[in-house]
Amino acid sequence: MTVDTQENNESRDVTLASERQLVWARFRRHKLALISTVIVALFYLVAFGAEFVAVNDPVETDAKRSLMPPQSIHLFDGWKPAPYVCEMVGKRDPVSLRKSFEADCTKRIPVQIFARGFEYKFLGLLRSDRHLIGVGDSERSQESLVFPLGTDVQGRGLFSRIVYGTRTSLSIGLVGVTLTLLIGVSLGAVSGYFGGFIDTLIQRSVEIVRAIPTIPIWLVLAGILPRDWGVLQIYFAITIIISLFAWTDLARVVRGRFLSLREEDFVTAAMLSGARWQRIVFRHMLPSFYSHLIAATTLAIPSMIISETALSFLGLGLRSPAISWGVLLQATQNVHSVALTPWLMIPAIPVIVVILALNFMGDGLRDAADPYASTS
Amino acid sequence: MWVFLAKRIGIGLITIWALSLFSFILIQLPKGDYVTSEMIALQMEGENVTDEELENLRIYFGLDKPVHMQYLSWIGNMMRGNLGYSYAQRTPVNDILGQRLLLTVLYAAATVVFIWVVAIPIGILSAVKQYSFADYSFTTLGFIGVAVPDFLLALLFLWLGFVFFGVSMGGLFSPEFVDAPWNLARIWDLTKHLFIPIIVLGTSGTASLIRIVRANLLDELHKPYVVAARARGLREWRLILKYPVRLALNPAVSLTAYIFPFLISGSVIVSVVLSLPTIGPTLLQSLLEQDLQLAGAIIFLAGVMTVVGTLISDILLGLLDPRIRQA
Repeated sequence: MTVDTQENNESRDVTLASERQLVWARFRRHKLALISTVIVALFYLVAFGAEFVAVNDPVETDAKRSLMPPQSIHLFDGWKPAPYVCEMVGKRDPVSLRKSFEADCTKRIPVQIFARGFEYKFLGLLRSDRHLIGVGDSERSQESLVFPLGTDVQGRGLFSRIVYGTRTSLSIGLVGVTLTLLIGVSLGAVSGYFGGFIDTLIQRSVEIVRAIPTIPIWLVLAGILPRDWGVLQIYFAITIIISLFAWTDLARVVRGRFLSLREEDFVTAAMLSGARWQRIVFRHMLPSFYSHLIAATTLAIPSMIISETALSFLGLGLRSPAISWGVLLQATQNVHSVALTPWLMIPAIPVIVVILALNFMGDGLRDAADPYASTS
Repeated sequence: MWVFLAKRIGIGLITIWALSLFSFILIQLPKGDYVTSEMIALQMEGENVTDEELENLRIYFGLDKPVHMQYLSWIGNMMRGNLGYSYAQRTPVNDILGQRLLLTVLYAAATVVFIWVVAIPIGILSAVKQYSFADYSFTTLGFIGVAVPDFLLALLFLWLGFVFFGVSMGGLFSPEFVDAPWNLARIWDLTKHLFIPIIVLGTSGTASLIRIVRANLLDELHKPYVVAARARGLREWRLILKYPVRLALNPAVSLTAYIFPFLISGSVIVSVVLSLPTIGPTLLQSLLEQDLQLAGAIIFLAGVMTVVGTLISDILLGLLDPRIRQA
């Protein structure tokens, strides 16, 4: 019997397309969503290999190179492809005592890919000192350093800090969304599957949570976290705080799906065959809208990232020595100093790019996941 | 309508109750109570306080009663407009918040008006002239508007204003009007200063409202009744504004109810960045100073404001859409 169906399947191979293939075919037509997916993937790749992508040690401070402007990387030396940066010479204005840097192009620091730099342990295991880009091997001994995006007040390389911040900020998005997914899907599923009193109860709680002004509550919850907690504890506490109020949208989506699926024949069939409700929910109903769930999840990540960034920016989220985009943006709180050191605003760019990309990707996924969507 | 309203008010009341509980727990969090801090203050001044006096003080302030009684008296005070006492600033909360509350409500309400005034015409234009240059540019702008977080937008405005015009855009009043009594000149000054904060806070709401109005209107525009009206020679703009637009606006109103909590809560962050004299900066400061009395009062008030705002837009929606009144 089983062999029979398999043969049957193989003979019709050409006409068969799995749900996944169909979704992919629809998704591929959204050029913007496709490009966004590539961008998101690149960002997560950077987050994964932060140590390798970083140019300098993100926590090594040096007052001598405080607030150095970005060094542009020249790709050609004359006609020869020999990338280099000009050395930055610090000068102090005799009157205002303000320190300023000037590029001195008579001294050139060669730059190469896969250069040796600070030592790190990749994923806490592999010891290495190779980096994506860095000072050429010939100059390594002379303490020359490259800062593609300049340095912050304490002389730490902004580029490397953004790269490390990418890891924190993006992972908070993922961890937070996982939590949100857990809460949202279980409450939504229970609400939509059982209906009745439980449904009413959960729906009212959704409405109440939605009516609560979330940001003040986040601020308060983050504000009362003990000051002596370590980076990791704060990290998870912040993630939980953010997820606590973010599950309502997912719960609504899931409930709506369950309400309509409950009337389907295959669910009735499963019920009549005596399947337990857990089996019906997780084995039969949930898989039938995985793609929707993925889309809704993708669309939930940006708000997580924004929340973390905002909290840290205000000084209530992650704090130094933790590095996240929000922590980096704290430096821009004083607009007068930013006017003189505009490169400190650069961390805002990855925030906006990632959020845009995730939004486009989620929109594309949502359209692709809906088989009844118009094809126009 | 009455059933609908009763349901809405019920949910609003439960929300306020949940928030009051949360605020009360928050206030109870710090070790010690008002009397302890008062004692420390007196000892710093070199006065000796006996235990008996302390106990009398506790009884006077009702701190000897069980927690649930304290909660009841606290919420009673809140209802009567007595918001408590900030131990850190040694001032009644009423004096600290006073005008800030008014400005917060004003700010959020003005932003709602801004969102409507900007988004509805643009949404209609985008739908009627679908795929035109204007449609594309507004759609793109809308996407960016949704994606850029409020506080980054605020930061950007501040920075641009400072670099290109040499002005600090923070605050809601010019220096000469900060403590002035309310008069026409002061209101005009406030209006000028509110402009940038409203744009900052309203952008994402405007963007989503444009998308909603556009999508709804596109659904309506191709229905037979529109074709019929056109066939009878009704002038195009009159036709569009009189029939499909009215139908497309309902979701816009219900979005307002949904958006109001976001505006109150978003205004907190925007106000901090732009240093507006609303409850936002006070909340942040109270948290950084661990002044939880003040923070609790602010949370509670923000909740009340949100619930009332949402209720008002719900009533508007009920007046506009008979189907909701029936439900």
